[in-house]
Amino acid sequence: MGAQKKGGGARVVSDDSEEQSRQRLQAILLADSFTTKFRPVTLERPKVLLPLANVPMIDYTLAWLESAGIEEVFVFCCAHSTQIIDYLETSEWHTHPNLAVRTIESHKSISAGDALRYIYEQQTETSQIQGDFVLVSGDTVSNMPLADLIREHRERKKRDEKAIMTMVIKKSKPSPITHQSRLGTDQLFIAVDPVTKQLLHYEEDKVDHHARGGSVCLDKSLMESNPSVLLYNDMQDCNIDICSPEVLSLFEDNFDYQHLRRHFVKGVLVDDIMGYKIFTHEIGSSYAARVDNFRSYDTVSKDIIQRWTYPYVPDINFGGNRPLKVGRQGIYRACDAVLSRSADVGASSVVGYGTKIGNGDRILNSVIGNGCSIGSNVVIEGSYIWNNVTIEDGCEIRNAIVCDGVRIRAGAVLEPGVVLSFNVVVGRGFVVPAYSKVSLLQQPMKEDSDEELEYADSSSGTADRLSGLSLEMESKASELGPDGAGYIWEVCEGAHDEEWKHSVAPIPEDKLAEIAQAMDDDDMEDESVVPTSGELKSDADSINTDVNDPGDDYSYFEKEVEGTFLRAVEEGIKVELGILEINSLRLSYNMESADCAGAIFYSMMKHAVDNPHSSASELFKNASNIIAKWKGLLGFYVKQTDEQIEVIMKFEEMCQETAKELGPLFAQILHVLYDKDVVQEDAILRWAEEKAGADEADKVYLQQCETFIQWLKDASEEEDEEDD
Amino acid sequence: MPDVQSMVLEFVNKLRKRKIEGSQATARCTVELLRSVISHHRVPHHANQASALIDAVKAVGAQLVAANPVELAVGNVVRRVLHIIREEDLSLATAAVAGLDLLDASDDDEDVNGKGIGYTAMSAAVVAAAARSTLRPPSLQTLLEGTPESATVPYTSSSGADSESKSKSADKSSITRKLKHDVIEGVNQLIHEIAGCHEQIAEQAIEHIHQNEVILTLGSSRTVLEFLCAAKEKKRSFRVFVAEGAPRYQGHLLAKELVARGLQTTVITDSAVFAMISRVNMVIIGAHAVMANGGVIGPVGVNMAALAAKKHAVPFVVLAGSHKLCPLYPHNPEVLLNELRSPSELLDFGEFSDCLDFGSGSGSPLLQVVNPTFDYVPPSLVSLFITDTGGHIPSYMYRLIADYYSADDLVM
Repeated sequence: MGAQKKGGGARVVSDDSEEQSRQRLQAILLADSFTTKFRPVTLERPKVLLPLANVPMIDYTLAWLESAGIEEVFVFCCAHSTQIIDYLETSEWHTHPNLAVRTIESHKSISAGDALRYIYEQQTETSQIQGDFVLVSGDTVSNMPLADLIREHRERKKRDEKAIMTMVIKKSKPSPITHQSRLGTDQLFIAVDPVTKQLLHYEEDKVDHHARGGSVCLDKSLMESNPSVLLYNDMQDCNIDICSPEVLSLFEDNFDYQHLRRHFVKGVLVDDIMGYKIFTHEIGSSYAARVDNFRSYDTVSKDIIQRWTYPYVPDINFGGNRPLKVGRQGIYRACDAVLSRSADVGASSVVGYGTKIGNGDRILNSVIGNGCSIGSNVVIEGSYIWNNVTIEDGCEIRNAIVCDGVRIRAGAVLEPGVVLSFNVVVGRGFVVPAYSKVSLLQQPMKEDSDEELEYADSSSGTADRLSGLSLEMESKASELGPDGAGYIWEVCEGAHDEEWKHSVAPIPEDKLAEIAQAMDDDDMEDESVVPTSGELKSDADSINTDVNDPGDDYSYFEKEVEGTFLRAVEEGIKVELGILEINSLRLSYNMESADCAGAIFYSMMKHAVDNPHSSASELFKNASNIIAKWKGLLGFYVKQTDEQIEVIMKFEEMCQETAKELGPLFAQILHVLYDKDVVQEDAILRWAEEKAGADEADKVYLQQCETFIQWLKDASEEEDEEDD
Repeated sequence: MPDVQSMVLEFVNKLRKRKIEGSQATARCTVELLRSVISHHRVPHHANQASALIDAVKAVGAQLVAANPVELAVGNVVRRVLHIIREEDLSLATAAVAGLDLLDASDDDEDVNGKGIGYTAMSAAVVAAAARSTLRPPSLQTLLEGTPESATVPYTSSSGADSESKSKSADKSSITRKLKHDVIEGVNQLIHEIAGCHEQIAEQAIEHIHQNEVILTLGSSRTVLEFLCAAKEKKRSFRVFVAEGAPRYQGHLLAKELVARGLQTTVITDSAVFAMISRVNMVIIGAHAVMANGGVIGPVGVNMAALAAKKHAVPFVVLAGSHKLCPLYPHNPEVLLNELRSPSELLDFGEFSDCLDFGSGSGSPLLQVVNPTFDYVPPSLVSLFITDTGGHIPSYMYRLIADYYSADDLVM
């Protein structure tokens, strides 16, 4: 009841101020996303200061608010609040004539709900918020006019006390396959009264694309009380709300409201005691979107480059940014950027101030920040390179985000979806696997409320360098080559499947095909069956999420093993560590020990063949050297006769198919294997027995080894005799 | 000073956010802002007055131009103001020299003194008006008119300055004040000129539009509207074809206003211009800017209309106030800028959002939308310019520009 009174009090205040001829237009800007979606980047820098097409996100939001006629903005800072405050104080917003920017700092808030409660508590002392306000988060990019909307909201409020919020929506078709919006958020179902535009139902449906055919449950009473209901599934929530002061008091009353949409909007819609109403406003030609995850970071950046956000585009100085020159095909270039003649900067790219681009580079659909230096023959596609990044010769970067101060050494490759946080160093020739997130900071072990953690970690800074390999399983990956620095973060449980959804990289073709397939299956079976092994496999695999066909698993596994082995050879990793790595691969692909043996042996032989050699004898020397060196690794997996036979079979297969050069050396190498105790005589004899019954064609190698086998047989007989 | 600073900031802000549209409005705002910059500008007395003022105006001008480099009118007006300052300075200097000579010659004659004071009262305005026409190199017009201004004016101004050099105590400071006063007078005249350019141009309408003609225009321009209405008011009866000017369809607005003023109006699509041009007697368009070579920057689609007009030998007439004359040449890539506006003027975002889904496929946008605001028409396609000083052919533009701008200010 006391809370109720408080709400009443706030209303009186707003009435009073409404009596004044003109009310200041105010906005609350939440400079914290209260999510972990931008990690590990947000461990070191708040999300609102991350650059979108080389301009911090908060500048887009403030510039828009200013030109929409907002006079006072309260910036609510939480994580990294000092960074935000410092930035605002040095930016031109600090002295802006039309827009007063005030900061509110709170370190305890861990959700939007907490933030609004904090503001409400402050409100009772200072009463800064005088009436209706615009509630946005600091990562909103928009160019919509607000004045009319606020007026509309106020008039509606005057007629209807209970109309406390107007929510901005925009038409945007979700993808028919993934049921995701362009921004990577889940498909939204809303029901709206066609006449009054009152919001009746709001459901951000986490459509499990194979679970159900997207059913929405509407309350029956909804139909009873409203003669007509419009149901949309092609609307995008812009996360721009015009709120009355009651919204703050509602948050105060319901201390469990955390999320603005999931809790507050649903709460208001469900609660019929208070009878508060939310209305919607659809914007037509204006643009509005929120950067919620890496996918929307990509989408919104591209929208900016395509000028949907005009006049907030890189060639216009709208918020203290240095304007770039726009050329043909939408290439934005700083006037002092140095582009080599042979560099090919393709359409829809941005090149920032003081950036040097070397010979033969190919840059497509990418944003390159200020002060970067890019070596020659580098390929950058669909990526976001922030400021002061050094990329050495011959690197390949596709669909990645590279933060400030990163150094990518020659020949390194970033696969799609990679995020490199601040000051990471990628070693020479290292391949950063797809969707991996790399940071100098170690991954927090526990997924706690992220805000606190961002605090704890923000102080440690970049001092945490890679110290060496720890023997834990997951730290095996915490290396980016011998001259690299940074930890590759493990994807937390359950998020594997989400990775492709929210990544900067486009959804791989095969993934789309698989989802489409799953949908077709659903239609046919008309049942919600979770796909079998294929899907589960992809869950278990953090690197190749696009591998789903079980038939291909072995060949993928083989490739992985080969990659691991080659790396081990190049970097001189110890046998025990190699075993660890291969073990983890084995687990993730659900393979037998025999498969491992086959794959390792295959890799070894491949390596031998790939090594330069001029004659068969040299090749043999290569092979025996490698076997001698890595017999420990192979030996780990060939403890049983079956596994040893597998190795021999594999060898035979290789000689026939992939590495014919080895054919003539079959017997010799087999002998070496025997000498090094990798293969026991039992296994060889059993293999010979098995093969004895095969076709003539298959017997080529058996015949080659005949003398050897004969010798073995004699030897064992001798042994037997001796035993006797 | 702080209030001037904040005014500058506010205007820069508006220019940046593209909140001011139309070169006339921009020109007016710019010149008014520069006037207050000059009037609030205080310089130490010993300093070189003119150069201090020029520096101050240049500094503000550079900010304004940088805020919206596409709006050439800003740069034009800043250069005009700089030109005014230079002229006033020069006229004062020559006057001072002449005055000293006069002083030596006529000794201390009481009559001259009294007469001199009388001159001072009127001198400021006279000097401001006269100096601008005298100090610029003689234009074709002045030569033809054969006015002996150049002979008379220096005399009056010198006698005006005569008294000044006599009042020896406040010599320097009064010159200071005088310079500023004269400059402000000149700027006021510029403001007046910009405000009155529509009328000046519209006055000539009757000479160009004849009975029962068909006029084609494209996009919307206030100058064109006033021009057509002026002809209508003089009881000329003619018809207007308005090409709608996609994608902003400002032609629709123009048609509405024309109808409100009682003109026979037909709206056509931009793509129908060629089909209709054979029925048209004259194409009249408003310019965004006129370059030094006589090329025109106009609303998008203008080049197409000009080509159609050329093909059918229809006169292509461009209306431009003198503030639209740009002393730069369009072959300079720094100058020939175009504003690419939001694609939402062409396409509905919601309808096309599935084409802009970067999450699938290659991740690169397959759909590109380009929405340029301006078109460039080469001088060879323009038949006539009508400015507030009369009709001119494209090849004469450089001469007009020499009248309005000093060569020192071309690069700011």
